[in-house]
Amino acid sequence: MSVVTVQLGQCGNQIGHEVFSALCSDIRGTHGLCSKKENESYQDSCKERFFCEEESGVPVARAVLVDMEPKVISQTLSMAARSGHWKYSSHSHFCQKQGSGNNWANGYSVHGPRHKEAIMDLVQKEAEKCDRLGGFFTIMSMAGGTGSGLGAFVTQCLRDAFPTSFILNHVVWPYGTGEVIVQNYNSVLTLSHLYHSSDALLVHENDVIHKICAQLMNIKQISFRDVNQVIAHQLGSVFQPTHTAGGGSGYSRNPLGDLMEALVPHPEFRMLGLRNIPQMPESSLPYSTFSWPGLIKHLRQMLIANAQMEEGIDWQVRPPHPGSSIPSTNNALHFNTSIANLVILRGKDVHSVDLGSFQDPSLYTSWLNPQDAFNAWKTPRAFNKYEKCAALVSNSQFLLKPLDSIVGKAWNMFASKAYLHQYTKFGIQEEDFLDCFTTLEQVISSYTNL
Amino acid sequence: SAVSLPFAVGQCGNQVGCRFWDLALREHAAVNKKGMYDEALSSFFRNVDTRSGDNGPDIYKGKICSLKARALLIDMEEGVVNEILQGPLRDVFDSKQLITDVSGSGNNWAVGHKIYGCQYRENIVEKLRKTAEHCDCLQCFFIIHSMGGGTGSGLGTFVLNLLEEEFPEVYRFVTSVYPSGEDDVITSPYNSVLAMKELNERADCVLPIENESLFEIVNKIHQMINSGKLGSTVKQNSLVTSSAGSTKTLQAKPFDAMNNIVANLLLNLTSSARFEGSLNMDLNEISMNLVPFPRLHYLVSSLTPLYTLADVNVPSRRLDQMFSDAFSRDHQLIQADPKHSLYLACALLVRGNVQVSDLRRNIERLKPSLHFVSWNQEGWKTGLCSVPPVGHSHSLLALANNTCVKPTFIELKDRFMKLYKKKAHLHHYLQIDGMEQSCFSEAISSLSDLIEEYNELDASKGGPRIDPSRLKIAV
Repeated sequence: MSVVTVQLGQCGNQIGHEVFSALCSDIRGTHGLCSKKENESYQDSCKERFFCEEESGVPVARAVLVDMEPKVISQTLSMAARSGHWKYSSHSHFCQKQGSGNNWANGYSVHGPRHKEAIMDLVQKEAEKCDRLGGFFTIMSMAGGTGSGLGAFVTQCLRDAFPTSFILNHVVWPYGTGEVIVQNYNSVLTLSHLYHSSDALLVHENDVIHKICAQLMNIKQISFRDVNQVIAHQLGSVFQPTHTAGGGSGYSRNPLGDLMEALVPHPEFRMLGLRNIPQMPESSLPYSTFSWPGLIKHLRQMLIANAQMEEGIDWQVRPPHPGSSIPSTNNALHFNTSIANLVILRGKDVHSVDLGSFQDPSLYTSWLNPQDAFNAWKTPRAFNKYEKCAALVSNSQFLLKPLDSIVGKAWNMFASKAYLHQYTKFGIQEEDFLDCFTTLEQVISSYTNL
Repeated sequence: SAVSLPFAVGQCGNQVGCRFWDLALREHAAVNKKGMYDEALSSFFRNVDTRSGDNGPDIYKGKICSLKARALLIDMEEGVVNEILQGPLRDVFDSKQLITDVSGSGNNWAVGHKIYGCQYRENIVEKLRKTAEHCDCLQCFFIIHSMGGGTGSGLGTFVLNLLEEEFPEVYRFVTSVYPSGEDDVITSPYNSVLAMKELNERADCVLPIENESLFEIVNKIHQMINSGKLGSTVKQNSLVTSSAGSTKTLQAKPFDAMNNIVANLLLNLTSSARFEGSLNMDLNEISMNLVPFPRLHYLVSSLTPLYTLADVNVPSRRLDQMFSDAFSRDHQLIQADPKHSLYLACALLVRGNVQVSDLRRNIERLKPSLHFVSWNQEGWKTGLCSVPPVGHSHSLLALANNTCVKPTFIELKDRFMKLYKKKAHLHHYLQIDGMEQSCFSEAISSLSDLIEEYNELDASKGGPRIDPSRLKIAV
């Protein structure tokens, strides 16, 4: 099954380009560390999912590029074409001239309806190119105006036009100390709207990835490109082909469906966080060796202690003892309760990995059997030159604090009525804001009371 | 691409405008090596096929034939505009973009606004519509003028009102040169306050500039160069005051240096809309992020660096110095000290080889010494444009919505009241058709209200005493 990617706004298009770049470079690599047959199967599966074959033989990304100003799309298209290894279709983009002005209301209420037909037309064409449509993957930031506002509108349109397809929104959360002054308003409006139309939100936070670039990747002058490449690597480690347990011998054909089934048992809980291990500069890879027990141990503690990366993990945090009525206060405060987790393992000796520690019932809420709350996907085919790598996609309290922080700041600004005139002039009223705040306070409450 | 359309009104406006077009051409020439007409150029220039004469069709792609500025030049005296038409920019404009008269406005806002406004209304609207027709997409209007005279101030604000009526959805940015205390036009306070009322009500964003500040910056550069501390290592074309290929020295045309600073301000302001970068910043984004309440739309600007040394290798310490300078008193384009007043919002537009980590490091470093309003503690709007200005490896434009504009407005009010109390020169205004005493009282009232809004913000630090409690959800 194929996934159609919709790249929205500057961030969405910049990241989308890095994702397809990473996927393509991975399948072209000779570091598969597996049998030729396995490798070919992996390549075919990846191509089916993300690329279309053209007569020229150059894979064409299954993507629709949308932006309200022309510069980024223009750059994205030409960078892809210059690589010589893959490209975007020349007819799969839509752009306008004047941008959305970081105004969610402009993106949602003005650009959305105005350009709905043209955009959905492109989506329809991409969907028709797929033998079997496995769903939609949208990439956007929630801080600006296009990715956020138009992105929310487009997601709604996707839901209306494709009621039975899976929709996964990849949402980038901005730096806490601002890229955009009204980013918290735009975020609140985006998240609450997406919550009503998409199946799940897969989140990356700029602050977290920035830390990874600084501390793990040792990059001195970190650019957005660096950040986007780490994000692309993490997404690739989730979405490249894998074998799901009990899925037969071939690669899984329904990645989005499998993801939803594994991680979203209840519609109230759709925020997914992502962690990846190991993460290091490419130049260090030949000098590093890892053991699966070590990687799994770290990954599990990253989950429990809500660590952002494999350095600086708080090893003191422990899950509460099952059956104890008074949880140890220290641990209970910092312990990250999960609803469901998905671990994806790639590379050497994956078959031998013991994941029992992730099935510990004390990690989870009580609604699901631990066997159902935890899933693992594997492939012996190594990813992006990492001999071994493990990704964790988690529906847990990972994003509770950052979400609460964003809502708090937005509320603080809302109480002073600052900037509201910028939204009301495009049709988003104070009541609309209140509805969005209510939705998100509900989400916060739900995740808090796990 | 989206077009920004400048209107130069009055003597000052046109002198700045002239510098602006000159520097814009130079900037694009430095980037555009192949001579192809591209999206970046199209935001300021049309490409006209002049082989069959001046009325040739626009060429949208391909080689540059003849670049024509998208602009309107308006002056009620001929001197400055004529000079432009005889100078190196003569081919960049055609007669359809000019509106001139001969006798000037006599430093009288009412003559500019009421008499010439009325007289030239249709002419302006027609030329405006024609110019707009040539634009695929009109993003914003720029008005460049001075506040103290008659044409720039009176007719300039008339044009502002016209723009709001004819194109209400297009943003209106105004770059206004405010008169200094020693201004030799006695009635400059009247003209400025009358114009302020229009700016309060009709402009989306105003960038106030004070000649004193420009003058001080020019002097500072002079001193640095002449002190011999830098000597020949300063890149001449990197001076924020430099003219493109002009053989006239700074002494011969002192105002050129000052006008170049303002021209550079406008170039930097629009750079991220014209050129690519990892975090684009459009003009409508500036308005969106820096104007939390409609009337509080006065933005204090600062440009750094003022010059570059020939040494291309820039250690990050020097990069950080650029950020520090942007917040220092002597880099502001008005007499103001943002560090000791209250920030409502701040924008940083960086050009050149600067990455997000450089931005973040400097924001973290400078934040603690700045006072932000309680509902916008992390209120930073940032942009990264890959293309630096000519002669630089990087540059920074800071725009602050800060209560430090207040003293400028208070002084203006005081100077106005000094004259108004004695009714000095009032008859020159009241004898103009359409002018009444109420025009004055309404104008000073508007200014007083604005000052009061800033006072309230300063007093309360912009926040409710108690943190607003969040919505409670029934579990």
